[in-house]
Amino acid sequence: MNQRSRLSILVTQVLIVSLMIALFGRLFYLQIGAGDKYRDAALSIQSRDIITPAIRGLIVDSSGVPLALNRVGLAVTVDRSIVDRQSDKGELVLRRVARLLGLKYGDVYLYTRLCGELSKKVKAGCWTGTRYQPIPITKDADVNKALQIVERADLFPGISAAPVAVRNYPGNAGVNIAHVLGYVGPLTEEDMTMAVSKDYRRSESIGKAGLEYQYDAYLRGKSGVRTVIVDRKESVIDQAQNVKPIPGNHLVTSLDVRLQASAEKALAESIVIARKNGHRGDSGAAVAMDIKTGRILAMASYPTYDPNIWEKGLTAKQATDLFSESNGVPALSRVLQGLFAPASTFKAVSLVAAANAGYNLNASYSCPSSVKVGNIDFQNFESRAQGTITMKHAIAISCDTIWYRIAYDAWLRDGGLSPKAKPNDYFFSAARGFQIEEKTGIDLPAESSGRLPDRKWRKAWFEKNKDYYCNYAKRAPKSQQTEFLLALAKENCVDGGTIRGGDAVNFSIGQGDTVITPLKLLQMYAAIADNGNIRKPIIGKAVVTSSGKVVEKFHSTVLGKLPASIKTLKFLQGALREVVTGGTAAASFAGFPVSISGKTGTAEVFGLNSDGSKKDNTSWFASYGPSEKPRYAVVMMVSQGGFGSSVSAVGVRKIYETLFGVVGNRVDPKKALFPKGPPKTLPRISPTLKVVK
Amino acid sequence: MSTITSQNQRRRNRKRGSILKGFDPLLSVAIVGLLVIGTLLVYAATKPWYVSLGLDPEYYLKRHVINIVIGGCLALSATLIDYRLIRAYTPILWGAGVLGLIAVLIPGIGSTVNGARAWISLPGGFQIQPAELVKISIIIGIAVILSEGVHDREEPNNKTVAQALAVAAFPIFLILLQPDMGTVIIISASVLTIVAVSGASSRWVIGLLFVALLGSFTAVKVGVLSDYQVKRLQSFVNPSADPQQSGYQLRQSRITVGSGGLLGKGLFNGPQTNGRFVPEQHTDFIFTVAGEELGFAGSSLILILYLIVLLRGFRIARRSEDLFGRLVCIGVISWFAFQAFENIGMTMGLMPMTGVPLPFVSYGGSSMFANLIGVGLLQNIHARTRG
Repeated sequence: MNQRSRLSILVTQVLIVSLMIALFGRLFYLQIGAGDKYRDAALSIQSRDIITPAIRGLIVDSSGVPLALNRVGLAVTVDRSIVDRQSDKGELVLRRVARLLGLKYGDVYLYTRLCGELSKKVKAGCWTGTRYQPIPITKDADVNKALQIVERADLFPGISAAPVAVRNYPGNAGVNIAHVLGYVGPLTEEDMTMAVSKDYRRSESIGKAGLEYQYDAYLRGKSGVRTVIVDRKESVIDQAQNVKPIPGNHLVTSLDVRLQASAEKALAESIVIARKNGHRGDSGAAVAMDIKTGRILAMASYPTYDPNIWEKGLTAKQATDLFSESNGVPALSRVLQGLFAPASTFKAVSLVAAANAGYNLNASYSCPSSVKVGNIDFQNFESRAQGTITMKHAIAISCDTIWYRIAYDAWLRDGGLSPKAKPNDYFFSAARGFQIEEKTGIDLPAESSGRLPDRKWRKAWFEKNKDYYCNYAKRAPKSQQTEFLLALAKENCVDGGTIRGGDAVNFSIGQGDTVITPLKLLQMYAAIADNGNIRKPIIGKAVVTSSGKVVEKFHSTVLGKLPASIKTLKFLQGALREVVTGGTAAASFAGFPVSISGKTGTAEVFGLNSDGSKKDNTSWFASYGPSEKPRYAVVMMVSQGGFGSSVSAVGVRKIYETLFGVVGNRVDPKKALFPKGPPKTLPRISPTLKVVK
Repeated sequence: MSTITSQNQRRRNRKRGSILKGFDPLLSVAIVGLLVIGTLLVYAATKPWYVSLGLDPEYYLKRHVINIVIGGCLALSATLIDYRLIRAYTPILWGAGVLGLIAVLIPGIGSTVNGARAWISLPGGFQIQPAELVKISIIIGIAVILSEGVHDREEPNNKTVAQALAVAAFPIFLILLQPDMGTVIIISASVLTIVAVSGASSRWVIGLLFVALLGSFTAVKVGVLSDYQVKRLQSFVNPSADPQQSGYQLRQSRITVGSGGLLGKGLFNGPQTNGRFVPEQHTDFIFTVAGEELGFAGSSLILILYLIVLLRGFRIARRSEDLFGRLVCIGVISWFAFQAFENIGMTMGLMPMTGVPLPFVSYGGSSMFANLIGVGLLQNIHARTRG
């Protein structure tokens, strides 16, 4: 054998051995290095999870009347994986099914598209779930029509019909309560990726808003999963696990359907009154709470919508309507998301501030028709002079000018336009003590927090808007270049970052940049009634299993104390009582047999409606009762409703009538909702339970 | 002829034993190991499938064992005659192979499986794949020409090399017509290796490598490759391009191997195998069964057995006294090596998809016969080498 030949053999041998080593390397990578990844991949190829959704728990009121339950519906579903493969992408079949069900093809087409599939802008009327689950066109098909689909499978390839559990809000006692309950909807891709700790299953329905969202983990239950091992042709060759579904637990709330119905009705009627008086009355809120426990008894928001539309299948138009300005944004809960200037209801805070600043509450003060602050005259309400009156009476008749003086005086003592290093800020700190810039902490999602326009806020606001105001003539549209607005802009440009006398004066009567939610005001007045205990409002009372075992009980907590001495609070309580006996709410509560304390508010709103008209006043009434032994707090707000006394106070009176069982000018103990206070024990739960008359 | 036989007889007598005693024992053990593992894998790959079809679960097992027995007999007969004698039959071997390859191309005789017209149907449901056996014809054919008249210190001249290549090119061309690209590539690689080891001028080796590259490039461009071959190549480059077809196969096979982990799921217990997610898992994709059910441990054992076979083959080649024996050895080894590498590499996503069986392991008669005859040749050369 020559040298070359020997070398060639060696080279060949090296080459071939290295090929084998390459195989070793690859084998090691696949089975050891990336073994876990491939094991998972194999598992997803071989196994199929068949999900049996759990029955969602009920939501009931404090006596067990169902607010949310389940009903059997007939769902007609579209399997996109089959329909898309048809030569016309399923158009013929979808048209046929639309005709059969009496729906528009365009709607059916949209229903069966994934949101974001057609255009990023389309977010409603489309399917929010995933491509891999059957997409329902309706969950309420007629039995005969569903049968046609099942029997003529040849005409409806990719379409099926099957009974499903449909979430239903029965509206017992005529309640709507849409904003509180929320709704359920299919799990989205986003939900899947966000829910690392929540054991969501594809094709499950989950709570999307309101109590359904807040207590979803309890209500949803656990889907049953049967995992089968399939072969390439998808026929089952083995069963890996079979876990039965665990039904969701029931949520007992502190709401009472009777009071809820009454609050909804009273709110609607107050809006009618406002409109009769020539006001716009575009929206409103009414909410009632048990002061001692922090439990919410009723919560109404106007305008509202049918809570069942979500499960019926929301059309694109319905979805737009829910959020449209021209319809008043029905989806928005005014109780916890509506932010409004509290106006005179805020004087409770100012009174505490004045007491803390050392003003004698028992002294008399003058209530002139206007007070000069700087070079501007700040008018009393309706520019009426009331002479020299007691502080108590000033609250009762809602004198503004007395507060202008005190607030202006306090502002000057803090240094005015060149504030001291450590100003006392009695008014701001009193408001902070009332927690007006914090959320109430209610057990509902998406609550808004109020705004406290103190020195820090003002400074931040100025930093953001300085440029705009200092170049107002260039930046603002021509229509807003009036003499007044130009002067205002100039003023804002010069000292917009400091609290001016006018700001201090406006703040004392709950005007200016201060805004809060109706729920926050309720919390504040409940705290006044409960000698300063600020409680977290709460709706959920307990979670019970389907067999009645208590899983968890929920209680309100005391979040803090009002920044007021007992003496001040007693004085304030007395003043609020006088509002109803001889003040602004006296007319509305004339002859009412239960003693109520409260405060009216009529807030000026700046800005224009979409039609160009000036925004109307916000009507407020915040109250509690009985005055001697406060148990309930009730607040009503009507946006663009006019006077607090004639609109909201009237509505609140109606809610108290239901609560205490007032007939005419007498209390009928038999008609009182809670003769011994709201129920302490948990009710028996049954889907069929109706209201006891 | 009788003189040669008697010489042969004398050599055997000198060794004082039967031809079996002249075998390389390690090579035999490794081959038996591969055959045993292969039999188990074929059984594991087909049993659950045939049970679910309600057919005889041992159907493939029985046929596989019969193939091994026949192949074993063929291997033994390949050792009986002195390999130097086989030279005399080269034209017959080569001619028979070419005739077989022509026959498969005739409609009515040849039948098509997986896009390639590579089979001749025989009565009784048997099929034969001439290309497998032609591998041996080609190896022997060019080894004869390259070693003819060449003494140890001389090198084949250009004319001889050209002749040898012509002898290889014609059957390769016929296989290309089927088309069976995998076999073409493996035979070409073996031919190239034989030419390189023959001592032919390195210009030939480099030139042939260049031709091979150019050929595969034009094959893809001009469209000599059929659609399914182009698809297979594309799916190798981008496995998710065609998830249901070739890409699907490659992805599934990689997942199946990877899911085996260190020790595997146990024989007969692989869900991927039992669910038949990998097509052709008893033939071309048999290594996935090893990967899934025997894990890294079992799959490595297969690789180690191959390594033993190859290293023993090289040893035999180096010790061979004449160029013919050496070239046959190198031809057979490189054939086994390239075919095993292509098959396992394809299974694990290292190589593009071509339908070649895994030597000694895959189910399939023709391939098994050819492989075992190849081993017979190695043992033949070993047995007749002094010292």
